[in-house]
Amino acid sequence: MVNTKTSFETETPVSRGNLQRMLRNSRKLLFPLAALILILIGNWLISPNFFNVRIVDGRMLGSIVDIFNRGAPTVILAVGMTLVIATKGIDLSVGAVIAICGAVAAVLIDQTELSPFIVIAISIGAGVLCGLWNGVLVAVFDIQPFIATLILMVVGRGIAQLITAGQIAIFNNPTLEFVGKGVVLGLPFPIILSALVLILVYLMVRRTAIGLLIESVGSNDRASYYAGIDARAIKLFVYVISGVCAAIAGLIITADIRGADANNAGLWLELDAVLAVVIGGTLLTGGRFYLGLSVIGALIIQSIQTGIFVSGLPPTFNLIVQAVVILLILFLQSEEFRRPFTRLFMRMRKQS
Amino acid sequence: MPLIPALALIKAQGFRGWEYGQEVIDRSAALTESQENRLPLLQTQKLTKIFGNTHALASVDFNLYAGEIHALLGENGAGKSTLIKLITGVYRKDGGTILLEGKPIEPQSPRDAQTYGISAVYQEINLVPTLSVAENIFLGRQPTRFGFIDMRRVNAQAKALLQTYHLDIDVTRTLSTYSVAIQQIIAIARGVSMSAKVLILDEPTASLDAREVQMLFEVMRSLTARGLGIILITHFLDQVYQISDRITVLRNGEKVSEHLTRELPKRQLISDMLGREFAEIAEAGETATATMSEGAFLHAHGIARKGMLHPFDLNIAKGEIVGLAGLLGSGRTEAAQLLFGIYRSDGGEMMVKGKTITLKSPRDAVRQGFAMCPEDRKVEGIIPELSVRENIIVALQAKQGWFKYLPYAKQEAIAQEMIAALRIVTPDSSSPVSELSGGNQQKVILARWLASQPEFLILDEPTRGIDVGAHAEIINIIKRLCSEGLALLVISSELSEVVDYSNRVVVMRDRQKLTELTGDDINETTVMHAIAEK
Repeated sequence: MVNTKTSFETETPVSRGNLQRMLRNSRKLLFPLAALILILIGNWLISPNFFNVRIVDGRMLGSIVDIFNRGAPTVILAVGMTLVIATKGIDLSVGAVIAICGAVAAVLIDQTELSPFIVIAISIGAGVLCGLWNGVLVAVFDIQPFIATLILMVVGRGIAQLITAGQIAIFNNPTLEFVGKGVVLGLPFPIILSALVLILVYLMVRRTAIGLLIESVGSNDRASYYAGIDARAIKLFVYVISGVCAAIAGLIITADIRGADANNAGLWLELDAVLAVVIGGTLLTGGRFYLGLSVIGALIIQSIQTGIFVSGLPPTFNLIVQAVVILLILFLQSEEFRRPFTRLFMRMRKQS
Repeated sequence: MPLIPALALIKAQGFRGWEYGQEVIDRSAALTESQENRLPLLQTQKLTKIFGNTHALASVDFNLYAGEIHALLGENGAGKSTLIKLITGVYRKDGGTILLEGKPIEPQSPRDAQTYGISAVYQEINLVPTLSVAENIFLGRQPTRFGFIDMRRVNAQAKALLQTYHLDIDVTRTLSTYSVAIQQIIAIARGVSMSAKVLILDEPTASLDAREVQMLFEVMRSLTARGLGIILITHFLDQVYQISDRITVLRNGEKVSEHLTRELPKRQLISDMLGREFAEIAEAGETATATMSEGAFLHAHGIARKGMLHPFDLNIAKGEIVGLAGLLGSGRTEAAQLLFGIYRSDGGEMMVKGKTITLKSPRDAVRQGFAMCPEDRKVEGIIPELSVRENIIVALQAKQGWFKYLPYAKQEAIAQEMIAALRIVTPDSSSPVSELSGGNQQKVILARWLASQPEFLILDEPTRGIDVGAHAEIINIIKRLCSEGLALLVISSELSEVVDYSNRVVVMRDRQKLTELTGDDINETTVMHAIAEK
């Protein structure tokens, strides 16, 4: 190679560029985080004991713990959904997959003598199958993700009803219940589980090349194919991960109510998950993704819900308040919306 | 008509009268003087744009006069696109002024710029391919009748409009059924019919053949006769001399020079653009000569695909450059695509170093040590959201698999090496590749494949849409790679280029191989004859 050194290789611009990029990235981080903090402060203003945590029987109780606990299924879904959306896809079936996997677990534990660990494994296996189904439709048959996953979204609840024979399948098994109601080190088990899922998936995609390849496929799948990336395998992989995440969320929800409700378990949760990812700054057009920020997005949604619940506002307002708050957050993230304010700020800074 | 332009016109005409009288003495000097006394149609004063810590445009004065074609030249990253984007309101300026007919304007968006009378037609034509020609021309401003779009009037008006461009076509047909040249003229017609003061043409001739280029030039001349000012960005210097009246050269965001075209010798222009003397450039081109080493690397026999390519043979050894010549649509790109596994061939066989292989995807090809810089940089090459570094290492990473992750330090080392070796102009390795200029993006893709350490590299139009400086650099790189023992297959429309570096030239027509030229037969005339002969 030639040994030509050009002027831009000097030290300063590079390091300054790094600083600037860090600022740019931190700004990306800032908005969802600031939104979460603002909402929590809002909740605290409405109900002053919002941040109070009591310990009863070695178990932490309080609204803040509740947000993490209740938010666990959405957090887990959002982790899987982030990867799917990063490939320019979407997985609308996760709500239905929750119902299927919950039904599988409830019926097996109730009607067979299988060990609960095997039941959990089979339930997660069902999630893998659902993910494979979506993945094959999208990656192999090249069906648009929206349509491909819509199929399972529609048929999934039917399958769940077949499994539970149209009833709410109730069970009584302490081990399975532990997934939803257990306590470890004072924390509800779903919180631990969601943290574990986040860490595992993070390590899986960011400590290997998978994350980069996902972003590459999502940003330009044709160029990625030309570059020798197995775009099919990548897509298959993200839908399977999403399926597994949905299965885990399904186990939590089912264990929590000690029953599988084929009609209502995880209903509309796919939309919360998509919203969480979008609030976290991952674009629906694919490419760069931010797992941590998606989790914050999910927590924002849950904080709003918990906040409304705690405030004593009639539950009928729930959806409207939620929509308004989320709209505000998305406005804050919109550069077009922010531009006049940024300019004003710059002008003020110049004057001072 | 506003007062100032009217005055300008009178002034200009007055001077022109004077000029004709003095023509014998010095016509060009007179023209310069007359134009210096005229008010420019569009003017920028100390126009500045800063990205991060680089001045994409530093205090540039640019003058466009009514009725002239003004070529805006410079290497990739010189600031041409930035200047255009500021004028058309895509970017907001960080300093300076833009004056239209003497009055300061601040276009907020391309649409806003259009209302001022400035419109741009880009290399990638910005029309809707699935709508009809007429719908495209009137999109967003269709004549209506009782609140409904009056399709009959749309069509009639579109037809009449295009006839002023001597284009008599069926305007109800879908846009995409017409050639790129016609689409380009339609885009110009749309732009001019909406705002007829300043027209900006960005690489309008990049995908046109010689006849179509002349057709476009006629249209441009008739527009300037109507008093429009045209800014032309192109990499084809011959065309600049054929069509333009005035040349402004930018380099590293600064204005280097402004001349009347006829007063600027080509050598001077090139050294203005490069900031080096022409002799140096010519010398640099001579450094490496290809040496042929023994042993065939790839042996392809009868590879074919129905509707794409008739059975095709190719042998290529390490350290050898094979040129693939032929017109557009002759099957050049298709041959490359089959060789790289993008499409599966439905016949024939391929052997690498004596072993039979089958390619089901580019992935298989990459594993065999193949690499390919595709023709369509934007769709098939660049991964826009990723950084320069990630774009460079992505092929190597894909080759290594999911779990052998290249550590950050290694990625950065490879990226820095490539940036230096190929002289990629970028603020740093973490900048999004989409912020780079076209030629630098092309270099990034080349870097991607060099990083994967290939043994066989296919380059499909590696120098298309690239300016002279980068052009010479890329040709030097090609020669050097070959001397380092790579097997190269280069597709190019520029015969002089193919002839220059190839050890052999394969000529294609009608999706099959016509002949293979070697030794003394490799010259432009023979290749041209081979392409043309029946």
